[in-house]
Amino acid sequence: MSLLIGSTTIGLILALLALGIFISFRIFDFPDITAEGSFTFGAATAASLIVAGVNPLLASFIAFLAGMAAGAVTGIIHTRFNINPLLAGILVMTALYSVNLHVMGKSNMPLLSETTVFTWIENLSLSWSGADARTIILGWEVAVKDLWLLLFCFLVIVGFCITLWWFFKTNIGTAMRATGDNDQMIRALGVNTKLMIIVGMALSNGFIALAGAMLAQYQGFADVQMGIGMMVWGLASVIIGEAIINDNSVGFVILGAVLGSVLFRLLVAIALRWGLNPNDLKIITALFVFIALILPGLLKNKKLSFKRKANA
Amino acid sequence: MLKINHISKTFNPGTVNEVVALQDVSIEIEEGSFVCVLGTNGSGKSTMLNAVAGSFIVDEGIITLDHIDITKWGEHERAKFIGRVFQNPFSGTAPNMSIQENLALAMKRGKNRGIGWGLPASLIHEFRAMVKPLNMGLEDRLENPIGKLSGGQRQALTLLMATALKPKLLLLDEHTAALDPKTAAKVIDLTQQVIMKDKLTTMMVTHSMQQAVNLGDRIVMMHKGKVAYDFRGEEKKRLKINDLLTLFDELRRKDNIDTAVASMLADNYV
Ligand SMILES: Nc1ncnc2c1ncn2[C@@H]1O[C@H](COP(=O)(O)OP(=O)(O)O)[C@@H](O)[C@H]1O
Ligand SMILES: [Mg+2]
Repeated sequence: MSLLIGSTTIGLILALLALGIFISFRIFDFPDITAEGSFTFGAATAASLIVAGVNPLLASFIAFLAGMAAGAVTGIIHTRFNINPLLAGILVMTALYSVNLHVMGKSNMPLLSETTVFTWIENLSLSWSGADARTIILGWEVAVKDLWLLLFCFLVIVGFCITLWWFFKTNIGTAMRATGDNDQMIRALGVNTKLMIIVGMALSNGFIALAGAMLAQYQGFADVQMGIGMMVWGLASVIIGEAIINDNSVGFVILGAVLGSVLFRLLVAIALRWGLNPNDLKIITALFVFIALILPGLLKNKKLSFKRKANA
Repeated sequence: MLKINHISKTFNPGTVNEVVALQDVSIEIEEGSFVCVLGTNGSGKSTMLNAVAGSFIVDEGIITLDHIDITKWGEHERAKFIGRVFQNPFSGTAPNMSIQENLALAMKRGKNRGIGWGLPASLIHEFRAMVKPLNMGLEDRLENPIGKLSGGQRQALTLLMATALKPKLLLLDEHTAALDPKTAAKVIDLTQQVIMKDKLTTMMVTHSMQQAVNLGDRIVMMHKGKVAYDFRGEEKKRLKINDLLTLFDELRRKDNIDTAVASMLADNYV
């Protein structure tokens, strides 16, 4: 049970990553691999600020801004210099690797003895229900502290989801969605699509960096490698979300991304528990996304060939 | 109103794909005038409209709108003054967004888009009244994605969107060419109504000589990136389809002579 609670909590944290990927991939149709760098960038920024004694909430906010800056650079490289989206992302991701090493000064930065946002929640739990308090849920004994952490992450995600949904319903947010849907049309209606892409990539990577910052605080360290595979991970979450919630209005896709992220994390935790080699995790994630991407096409072909046979 | 002053545009200069699309074109269009632009395929009609709309910056020349020099303005900046409908029904609307969201985007053409709510209830009422006269039953489907509509419905909506805020200049680029004749006639009717109602200054590219003869107060005929003929006033009113056909033939004959001369010269001297 505590495995499930822990996984759900991480799934909620990574939902911020899924939201970031949703913005780049789904709103803008921009395969933005900056994510791999900005995830670590967020973690590294928050970790080193916290170690330097900065308030963890402020540190997380600065990590968000750092991610936005990285995303904006990708957007600018793409729009101002006409460099293809993938390449623009790869350039920034590669550069961020060095930046992250500089920010942390080493490849791994422990946070276990530091005060993080999660230490606050643990202390809150401590003062509320005492140390090592346990409770029974569905016949399983779990630590009350873990429930507090879960609740906290849940509230944070709900807050961000509502804000994001609201944003994409405003005039500027609607224009952003239109930029991804038909840029020629929205330019003819007076929107600076280049600016929209830059702001959109900034927003996307802000979310992703915040996910990194939160995860670093939750797991108690930041590592320069922690961003690897995160883009595909986020994409898998978004795809799962779209499969369970078959409605492509903004609100539902946002909800789907969060559910997808939690579900995916749970599936992975269960698979690992059943003996999946952790080294195989990334290849399986990649295979999963590959299959999810080609499946709709395959199904369509099947249907077509079936029809053809029926007609013959 | 609109002054196009000696503009030229060459695509892919210095490569094997070099195309001189506009050569020293000058046109002046008065306020409230409705100009039909005719010409063979590839004569530069779309390029001229795109030059005015700012899809690219012209190589030479100056474009002014109401005495403002817009030659170097970006497309989205000019959109404040210009409404557009494209040939491709897919180009003018955002397919995955609802009809009402598309209309709401158009209500902000060229204005600041802040963090105000994108779809206030008051607007939705207004939209219902806007689409009802189209007689397409769209007033009950405002929440449907626009991509599910037919080409004719999308062009009709694009036209409404382009003119929802009165533009100084309306640019229509063969906006009925992709439609079946019946739908095309309907969209042309609507076009005429909209233009009359607000006395819009309009440039309409068309492939249909019938349309050119019936509509507007001026016909500009393009050929090889230049203005070949320009009829207005009484002269335009007297023009018949046959006259236009004769002019096209004349242009074609001239071309043939040119190529014949060129090949003769080539045979004899190269
Ligand atoms: N973006 C572009 N890139 C390269 N060539 C172009 C472009 N747009 C138009 N052209 C070329 O310019 C010429 C004029 O095209 P266009 O203005 O579209 O003609 P039309 O009169 O049929 O609308 C054509 O030869 C066309 O191939
Ligand atoms: Mg054309």
